[in-house]
Amino acid sequence: MYGRKVKLRFFFIILLLITLTLSIFLILKSLEENVVYFKSPTDVQLIYENKNEKIRIGGMVKKDSLEITKKEVKFIITDFKNEINVTYSGVVPNLFSEGKGVVAEGFLKDKNFFQASKILAKHDENYMPPEVKEALGENK
Amino acid sequence: MIYSTLGYYSLIFGLVISLPLFFFSTKNFKNQYPLDFKIIIFSFIQLILVIISFLGLILSFVYSDFSNETVFNNSHTTKPLFYKITGTWGNHEGSLLLWLLVLTLFIFIFLIKSEGLLKKYRILTLLFQQIIIIGFFVFLIKSSNPFNYLIPAPKEGLGLNPILQDPALAIHPPILYLGYVGSSIIFSSVLAATTLNYISNTWATHIKKWVLLSWVFLTLGILLGSIWAYYELGWGGFWFWDPVENVSLMPWLALTTLLHCILVLEKRYQLKSWVIILSISTFALSMCGTFLVRSGILNSIHTFANDPERGLYILTFLFILILISLLIFFIFHKEDKHKFNSFFLFSKETAIVINNWFMMYFLAVVLIGTVYPIFLEVISSENISVGPPFYNKLIIPFLIPFLIFMAIGPQLRWIKTRLEKKLNLILLFVISLLVSFFIIRNLDINFLINTVLIGSALYLFFITIRDFILKKNINISQNIAHFGFSLFILSILFNNFFSSEVITNLKVGEKFNNDRYEIFFKDLKKFEKKNYVSFVGKFSIKENNKESNMEPELRIYNQPNIITSEADIKTSFLSDKFITINTVNNKEYFNVRYQVKPFMIWIWLSVLLISLGGVISLFKKYYEK
Repeated sequence: MYGRKVKLRFFFIILLLITLTLSIFLILKSLEENVVYFKSPTDVQLIYENKNEKIRIGGMVKKDSLEITKKEVKFIITDFKNEINVTYSGVVPNLFSEGKGVVAEGFLKDKNFFQASKILAKHDENYMPPEVKEALGENK
Repeated sequence: MIYSTLGYYSLIFGLVISLPLFFFSTKNFKNQYPLDFKIIIFSFIQLILVIISFLGLILSFVYSDFSNETVFNNSHTTKPLFYKITGTWGNHEGSLLLWLLVLTLFIFIFLIKSEGLLKKYRILTLLFQQIIIIGFFVFLIKSSNPFNYLIPAPKEGLGLNPILQDPALAIHPPILYLGYVGSSIIFSSVLAATTLNYISNTWATHIKKWVLLSWVFLTLGILLGSIWAYYELGWGGFWFWDPVENVSLMPWLALTTLLHCILVLEKRYQLKSWVIILSISTFALSMCGTFLVRSGILNSIHTFANDPERGLYILTFLFILILISLLIFFIFHKEDKHKFNSFFLFSKETAIVINNWFMMYFLAVVLIGTVYPIFLEVISSENISVGPPFYNKLIIPFLIPFLIFMAIGPQLRWIKTRLEKKLNLILLFVISLLVSFFIIRNLDINFLINTVLIGSALYLFFITIRDFILKKNINISQNIAHFGFSLFILSILFNNFFSSEVITNLKVGEKFNNDRYEIFFKDLKKFEKKNYVSFVGKFSIKENNKESNMEPELRIYNQPNIITSEADIKTSFLSDKFITINTVNNKEYFNVRYQVKPFMIWIWLSVLLISLGGVISLFKKYYEK
């Protein structure tokens, strides 16, 4: 028989391995469920499938597309190739305006309509979310 | 001009001082004499030189010397004096200089305060710290020089980002840095102690002070950042699981774990390797945070410049440091075989070890959530983001056992405890569950998990209060910190359950109605201020026939031209009322957000209580005889 010390150590290592696998499994599973993908309007046109999945759409707010009513804000996100109509009710960040970059998070209703639940804030004038920069840079 | 020159040259001389420091240290390390006084002198000179350099930068800011590039990029003549000064560390170069300042300050304090400890250990710690210091010197001078010239000097600067012009944010970086940099002392000291095989109870008692010190500052630094985000960003939350927040939380988790392990090492001489690994990872995580935030990989207000060279430098430097520390760990660290202390199942150290595991789990969750999107982007160029649901789902369930062990742990004794007398602990748990049941009963939320969660938080709450009143010889710092934590969790939970908000778009003179609130946008006034134009909205809000007036503000800054919303917050003992307005493309409608957030102030107070626990422990000589 093994001594108490060895047994204890063995038990400890087994316990450690179990916790490790368990936590990694949990984390990965949860990642899979809660990750939000970023798309440009062109991506949406190309690979649209109604999966009812939360996504982010980024691009430029089209000039003269902004409409505001008591309940909601409507605008068009464009990447100069394709566009998508967005309706949104919620907090509008400080630097949200026409002709500026924007990232909207929410659900696609169909190919052309997007119901946003969040609009992401830019922190300052010089800063543009990397996703937007990329989406605009590719299609300019 | 003169101040910049002065600052630049003292920075260079500061780096040069490292040479004699190295020379005298190695000489002194080998010989039999006590610590050479020259080492302390040179360390002091280095500190003074960095202080001069820092003052040079501050004065350049105060006098708006735009021939200095850093000042030009981040200041403006119309900025109030206070923000000219705090603007010094509100940018990449200045903040690194501040980091360096704290590094040199801490090692000097360390040298003075470590009198009576092994000479070789003190010198070696200094040497390791010098490696870090030199790294930062070179980084500053080479790729982030705060004293670059602009010729000809521009007439006017670009200004400081207005959302940084805020008292909380003025002191947030220095406090946070004290925490981060404090971990560098722990790092150097652990490496020195491992090399010399000096890790012992005495060493634990001595380094515990530094762990506590950095822990307190890190906690307060994160708190300040969080408070700032609450009222300045106008989102009405206190934590967004934003990567930038996460990188400060990770070293905090590691440091908190270390804080508890050090106790086990001090009292029981166990968990030696664990302490070493934790110390190294705390510092590595602090540096990683700096790297991620500064390199522009994570975009945020903290990203001062997207310069890949800087990121690469920090990354290489970090890599070398980690490599050195791992080598030291594997070469010098030996488990002493003969000194096997048995671990009993029901003991304080078991409770600490179990909660260590949970902390490591939380750390892993935050780490993966933060780093995974970066990796995925590099590998597959797919952009993703990981939001609060991920963290909530993975962390909240595990808070339950965590809280319970946190409550029970201090009730147990070191080494071995008999369980027979602990029946009242179970009784108290049942009571907590019942109380929680009555709170949750009428709410429309997931019943089971929330009852147990609030129950366990209440359990910790009751136990700490009971100990505070009934027990003699309690460990007051631990008691206060744990009490603070239970209050923290409870406030967050209640804040989540009972918050309500109204988001609407209103024109001046319009009203919003729902079954709870009536919001009336009465008026909009314009004021001209020194460096911004302010629009103040007058609102009257009716709730349960009680009327209150609130005045949120919109500021349009002149330089840089940025709009910020200043929330109007009415704080009371039980809840915060929070209102912000915003323009939408300068149309007539204003985007109005009104929130009622219960127990908001208790979240801040509880974190203060937690750090108070640390402060008390720092000033207390002995406990638990």
